Amino acid sequence: MEKVISITTPVTTEQIRELRAGDNVEITGYIYTGRDAAHKRLVDLVKAGKELPIDVNGQFIYYVGPSPAKPGHVIGSAGPTTSYRMDPYSPTLLELGLKGMIGKGKIAPEVIEALKEHGAVYFGAVGGAAALISKSIKKVEVVCYEDLGAEAIHRFYVEKFPATVVVDAEGNNLYETEPLKYRLP
Amino acid sequence: MREIKAEVIKDTVRDLFLHASSFIGEDLYNKLQEQYEVEESPVGKSVLRQLIENNDIAAREGLAICQDTGMAVVFLELGQDVRIVEGDLNEAINQGVREAYVDGYLRKSIVDDPVFERVNTRDNTPAVIHTEIVPGDKVKITVTAKGFGSENMSRIKMLRPADGAEGVKNFVIQTAVEAGPNPCPPIIVGVGVGGTMEKAAVLSKKALLRKIGEPNANPNYAKMEAEILEAIINIEYFPTHIAGLPVAVNICCHASRHAEKII
Repeated sequence: MEKVISITTPVTTEQIRELRAGDNVEITGYIYTGRDAAHKRLVDLVKAGKELPIDVNGQFIYYVGPSPAKPGHVIGSAGPTTSYRMDPYSPTLLELGLKGMIGKGKIAPEVIEALKEHGAVYFGAVGGAAALISKSIKKVEVVCYEDLGAEAIHRFYVEKFPATVVVDAEGNNLYETEPLKYRLP
Repeated sequence: MREIKAEVIKDTVRDLFLHASSFIGEDLYNKLQEQYEVEESPVGKSVLRQLIENNDIAAREGLAICQDTGMAVVFLELGQDVRIVEGDLNEAINQGVREAYVDGYLRKSIVDDPVFERVNTRDNTPAVIHTEIVPGDKVKITVTAKGFGSENMSRIKMLRPADGAEGVKNFVIQTAVEAGPNPCPPIIVGVGVGGTMEKAAVLSKKALLRKIGEPNANPNYAKMEAEILEAIINIEYFPTHIAGLPVAVNICCHASRHAEKII
């Protein structure tokens, strides 16, 4: 059986520092969503010294742009999008107390440094497991930037959202360590 | 001259995209199962388990396999003895895409201008259409919904003839390794070799449509496919210029969504 750690949001830095790269987790509670355009707006506000429409302290942001919900569903398919596009913005949000990002694929060294500095982690969800992941999303509401459509900032209530710690708060990176163990000579 | 109504083309394109978005091909489904049995890494095993479960849920509930329901790519093999009547062929294809994405709750991911305004067209059009005129009085329509997590990791390079088979292999491996976890592995790698730059690119996309486990008919290329391990590699080739060796590597995620029909 795969060992799974339950996490409930919001989280504290102490809780996050206990996580290790490779840990499988199930997240329950509210999480925010954001992609390229929403991140740009948030960081522009920070640069201008203005208040953000969401409080990221102790929270997670999920990089996702769901497909439309079919009638009778709360959401369409909702797997992670590629994280590196949000790299230019993540350190600013981590500085404000964001405790984790959920996405897929590599993140930049400066983002990993910011995770270490602020005690946060990077979770990977399985890219393409979008119908499966949608089952853990129970409530969906638009928080701001509605004009961005699928890219608006949403707040999801999730139950047992499946993810894996890819980079922990010490900077251990599963994408670096795991493939080496199985690479053919 | 056989006549086919544009509406038939439209309906076929719509149905193919709707089908491909929720139902993964049997070849790929079986390959994931097979790989799950032999996977050594616990993380890898967990990922494969989630993907198999995901494909089951998508098929059972008619949900999109992935939220990135892609840019619509259509390969059209149009028999020269066919005449399309009562409408514009390309518009019929785009209308089929429009209906599939709007009525089928698929995500609209196309922006009208790649550099400047980048305004969403809201119906996932236009499709990328590749038309080939072939003998006969049939029309073969192959559609693929290409997600961009993997498309973004694709590369093209003009090698020197002297680079040969080793050069091709190294470029394919380098591209796949650099892509790493980004394109939603396990991945399928389509390789187009030869022709001109754009010919190699189109071939690499076509290579992704070949059935999993089916080698190239030319034993030299089949051998090269088998030698590049750790991924599913399909190579297509075309004659080229004495001075060149174009190689295009088109990467596709595990959710290689495509479907075809002959009318």
